[in-house]
Amino acid sequence: MTPATTPTTRASAGPVPVPAALALGDDALVLAHRLGEWAGSAPVLEEEVALANIALDLLGQARTLLSLVGDEDELAYLREERAFRNVQLVERPNGDFAHTIARQLYFSAYQYLLYARLAEGDGPFAPLAAKAVKEVAYHLDHAEHWTLRLGDGTPESHERMRRALDALWRYTDELFRPVEGLDGVDPAALREAWTDRVGGTLRQATLELPTGPASDAWTAGGGRQGVHTEPFGRMLAEMQHLHRSHPGASW
Amino acid sequence: MTTTAPETVDRAALEAVFDAAVAADERIEPRDWMPDAYRTTLIRQIAQHAHSEIIGMQPEANWITRAPSLRRKAILMAKVQDEAGHGLYLYSAAETLGVGRDELLDKLHAGRQRYSSIFNYPTLTWADVGAIGWLVDGAAITNQVPLCRCSYGPYARAMIRVCKEESFHQRQGYELLLALSRGTEAQHAMAQDAVDRWWWPSLMMFGPPDGESPHSAQSMAWKIKRHSNDELRRRFVDICVPQAESLGLTLPDPDLRWNEETGHYDFGPIDWDEFNEVLRGNGPCNEQRLARRREAHEEGAWVREAAAAYAAKHAPAPGPGGGTPHPTPERGTAASGPTEHPEAMA
Ligand SMILES: [Fe+2]
Ligand SMILES: [Fe+2]
Repeated sequence: MTPATTPTTRASAGPVPVPAALALGDDALVLAHRLGEWAGSAPVLEEEVALANIALDLLGQARTLLSLVGDEDELAYLREERAFRNVQLVERPNGDFAHTIARQLYFSAYQYLLYARLAEGDGPFAPLAAKAVKEVAYHLDHAEHWTLRLGDGTPESHERMRRALDALWRYTDELFRPVEGLDGVDPAALREAWTDRVGGTLRQATLELPTGPASDAWTAGGGRQGVHTEPFGRMLAEMQHLHRSHPGASW
Repeated sequence: MTTTAPETVDRAALEAVFDAAVAADERIEPRDWMPDAYRTTLIRQIAQHAHSEIIGMQPEANWITRAPSLRRKAILMAKVQDEAGHGLYLYSAAETLGVGRDELLDKLHAGRQRYSSIFNYPTLTWADVGAIGWLVDGAAITNQVPLCRCSYGPYARAMIRVCKEESFHQRQGYELLLALSRGTEAQHAMAQDAVDRWWWPSLMMFGPPDGESPHSAQSMAWKIKRHSNDELRRRFVDICVPQAESLGLTLPDPDLRWNEETGHYDFGPIDWDEFNEVLRGNGPCNEQRLARRREAHEEGAWVREAAAAYAAKHAPAPGPGGGTPHPTPERGTAASGPTEHPEAMA
């Protein structure tokens, strides 16, 4: 875990764009929280360790990113739902293990490809991305391995994985909307690389890329604009409750 | 010509070798001969210990989603993850005695093997996370440090790894309580309430008084156990009293006072009726903890089946045993492994 105050070994270039820092930081924070909900309920002991590893990596990234643009706890605990800038995909409830793995596959592939691009550039997120991309490579590897096992395991696991991939597909379009402050990243090229990577894994797992709509008709993937799904409000209520119950206290 | 059956001679010779090794403080290793009762005792103890690690994740996981700062959230996640890791080490140690994890889990789920009764108490407030770290992990360390010299090699080695992490847990719990104790009035009250509730159950963690401990004498002779329950309990009290003072918190025992003659603290009587009731299944959370564990196991069955089916399909040369029962452990990235703590590098 990198302490929030020393995120980098390289000096970052230029001012940090707030919308982009919140977008990346909130993605990591919200997914870390969701993965933390698995603690004590994983299907096998090794997965208790693995899911916690991933959650801890993401929480570390979130703390670094949020600290770039404010106080990490104020941002995490005192913002209202509409001020969060994460994509809706990461806030979706865990569901069964296949659902969690499908969410991990979609998101880790996106985050890996995005961070790899940011790490190559000389923007303000390059130092963070260079470190985080190594962590995320493991997250993606974990998700891909489980996608293979579930897709090409038993008929039941195949069916559960297929349903999970379909259910989360409508949250994938948002990953490729332009983010203010990440101007060096071409969303179309990112989508193409993502589709190749995820599609390749799914074919190997005897599954297919879903064909339904990749966004819904109303919010059209509005997480980056602060429009979230209903379960997210309850997630925040739980996450923020204790902190908000003791205004000004330190922990 | 001999009048004694060869097996009897062999057995006597083997026992002599085993006894001599134990007497000389040498380690017994998995391939060494050992008496059946020694093996059975070890399996029972290691299984109970492993089960305690994984059931013990529940009361603390109860607060991961509500941790009041991101720093505390990271520390707590890492701690609960460590406990899963401890479970893994200990189930592996039990495997060296010829009993698999699946078999032990089945026994736990069927209520035929125990876990530490302390985890049948609820975590009602955030301060309970601190009280568990300070008192429960503290008591565990007091119990477990001598186990690092246990006569059975794999168990002793597992305990060395476990103890390193437990002492970190204990410090974090203490530090969490200190922050509360020095915080607002409400935070201080929360810390005091948690200590009031966890103190006596922590003392019970050392087991019944020496006169009533059914397995102790034999375990001491085999050097599985090195100190009596009462000795360890007294050691723990001696450590905690000054720490409570530094915390600015009181311990809920009016009889607690320093005894010049013995050089130890005297403490009041423990409510063994409560202990026995919780042991019998009548604690506040016995049913909940076991139900949650069973549920996680049952809900995970299709995942484990899928992993086994996949491994069988993709094994290079399928052996007679078929697929592996557990997926390959997905442990540790270069950046954060299960034994790394967020604070250790801060
Ligand atoms: Fe432990
Ligand atoms: Fe512990």
